[in-house]
Amino acid sequence: MKLKVLSAPYLVWMVIFIVVPLLMVAYFAFTNESGGFTMENISNVGQYANIFVRSIWLSVIATLICLLIAYPVAFTLSRMEKHKQGTMMMLVMLPMWMNFLLRTYAWMTLLGNNGIINNILGFFGLGPFKLINTSGAVVLGMVYNYLPFMILPLYSVMEKIDKSVLEAAQDLGCSSRSTLFRVIIPLSLPGITSGITMVFVPAISTFIISRMLGGGSNLLIGDLIEMQFLGNSYNPNLGAAISLVLMVIILVIMTIMNQFSPDDQVLI
Amino acid sequence: MDNIVSLKNIVVEFEDGERILKNISLDIKDKEFVTFLGPSGCGKTTTLRIIAGFLEPTSGDVLFEGKRINSLPPHKRNVNTVFQRYALFPHLNVYENIAFGLRVKKVPEKEIVKRVGEMLELVNLMGFEKRSVNRLSGGQQQRVAIARALVNHPKVLLLDEPLGALDLKLRKEMQTELRKIQQALELTFVYVTHDQEEALTMSDTIVVMNEGIIQQVGSPTDIYNEPENAFVADFIGESNIINGCMPEDCIVEFTGRRFACVDKGFAPNEMVDVVIRPEDVQVIPADKAKLTGIVESVVFKGVHYEMVVDGVDHEWIIHSTKAEPVGSMIGMAFDPFDIHIMKKSEGDAYEA
Repeated sequence: MKLKVLSAPYLVWMVIFIVVPLLMVAYFAFTNESGGFTMENISNVGQYANIFVRSIWLSVIATLICLLIAYPVAFTLSRMEKHKQGTMMMLVMLPMWMNFLLRTYAWMTLLGNNGIINNILGFFGLGPFKLINTSGAVVLGMVYNYLPFMILPLYSVMEKIDKSVLEAAQDLGCSSRSTLFRVIIPLSLPGITSGITMVFVPAISTFIISRMLGGGSNLLIGDLIEMQFLGNSYNPNLGAAISLVLMVIILVIMTIMNQFSPDDQVLI
Repeated sequence: MDNIVSLKNIVVEFEDGERILKNISLDIKDKEFVTFLGPSGCGKTTTLRIIAGFLEPTSGDVLFEGKRINSLPPHKRNVNTVFQRYALFPHLNVYENIAFGLRVKKVPEKEIVKRVGEMLELVNLMGFEKRSVNRLSGGQQQRVAIARALVNHPKVLLLDEPLGALDLKLRKEMQTELRKIQQALELTFVYVTHDQEEALTMSDTIVVMNEGIIQQVGSPTDIYNEPENAFVADFIGESNIINGCMPEDCIVEFTGRRFACVDKGFAPNEMVDVVIRPEDVQVIPADKAKLTGIVESVVFKGVHYEMVVDGVDHEWIIHSTKAEPVGSMIGMAFDPFDIHIMKKSEGDAYEA
């Protein structure tokens, strides 16, 4: 009873700002301009299949790169002396203190055809390379912006792995490699799944990164949705339908992910 | 019996220059139950970690069956460890925890089933195979940890204060059980504890350590009856330790009085530590005694009473089955062989 009372503020919040908007999105997705029921919006989403595929593909790559970079870093952090861990975590989080837009703008000037990187390379007689307005630049932007979201959950799970458990594995015959596969990875699975969620979900729905670093040829779902509401191809009903399909896709991917998580640590 | 593990002049120094082990040399015989005993911070766990391979000595040699293994990583050593807080794998059930070492070594499935089964029987955990280790009691977790180590058939089992977290009754049961397992499997056990009673109960050989130095190596009876210095005497059981001197062989003088003893070979008037166990102090009528004191307190300890007696220059601890009234004057006497004379330790590393 008491717990119910305590969670009341959030329940109210959730109903007003999550449940109601969701229902509105669903309503718009299944209606036309005059408010009548239609499946047209949903079926129209099909023509943007290539954008969906590109979005999923780029965010999967970005998520995997984040995982590969973050995993060893998080493990090293978790094995440091306690007082050093705090400082290092602050350094990891430091980029987040800067405005997201500003950080992405910075990459524009770095990657531009006359940008800093091409200037430096030109100094050595290399390039210029086409760096900006490529899907590589979009992935880079995603990795750069979302990497801390991968490190954080990994670190917080790994930090709880007792040193003696790793020693026990070695003691029972594990080399460093088999300690990784038999003990560290299984024990950090919850961190891996939540890290993937925290990077993949914002990456797949981003529109600023692709707009700034990807140019016109690397349109993602986020850009598509934004265009339906704020752009010249104004069509909120189609926008809502795309959002709804995106949600279903994320839901399906997360459900698959949860199959790899221990039973007591399901994310949804 | 051959030596299975030998430590030769082991020194361990940490980066900050702190010396944890100061030149330790020790031979551990095959099939022996050896206990490292000492207060916390004495270096006993460090010594164990050197044998396990988690720590490389700064200098000195570690030999296993005569071969130098200083830098051999733990997974290549034929020893297994039971950790202080068990260190079970939380993501595996009881069966898989025990089977872990065998799976790593790619032992055939049939053999794994057989050996894990044997272990479950040995540690009395049949029927717990599928249970999550997080849902076991402390004693059961301990059994899993022991089985997980023993299933690999190590030549030496290292145990780092394995019973520390258990309650008294369970601890006593496990002591007997561990000793039985050691004898049944004819294994070498190297056991670390700060509990002197535990060490006396279980061991063939006790290694008493303090401040990174081995104080004495011997059988439990040797260590208890013939402590080599005041530290050992005080750490193993309770003791009265008094400053004295030896005017001549078989005569010791303390608290201003002379007593007969059985020790010889000290320089005339050499300063010594005199150690007398509380149970070896005889209570006699005050008018017949060389040494008297006033009873300050009496505490009932179950089997005996513990009395604190304020004597001349020293407060005596006496264990006796009969209590004397508080405030009364009593006399104390000692048999010559109950008076243990010890050389003052060099530099007085231990102050009694």
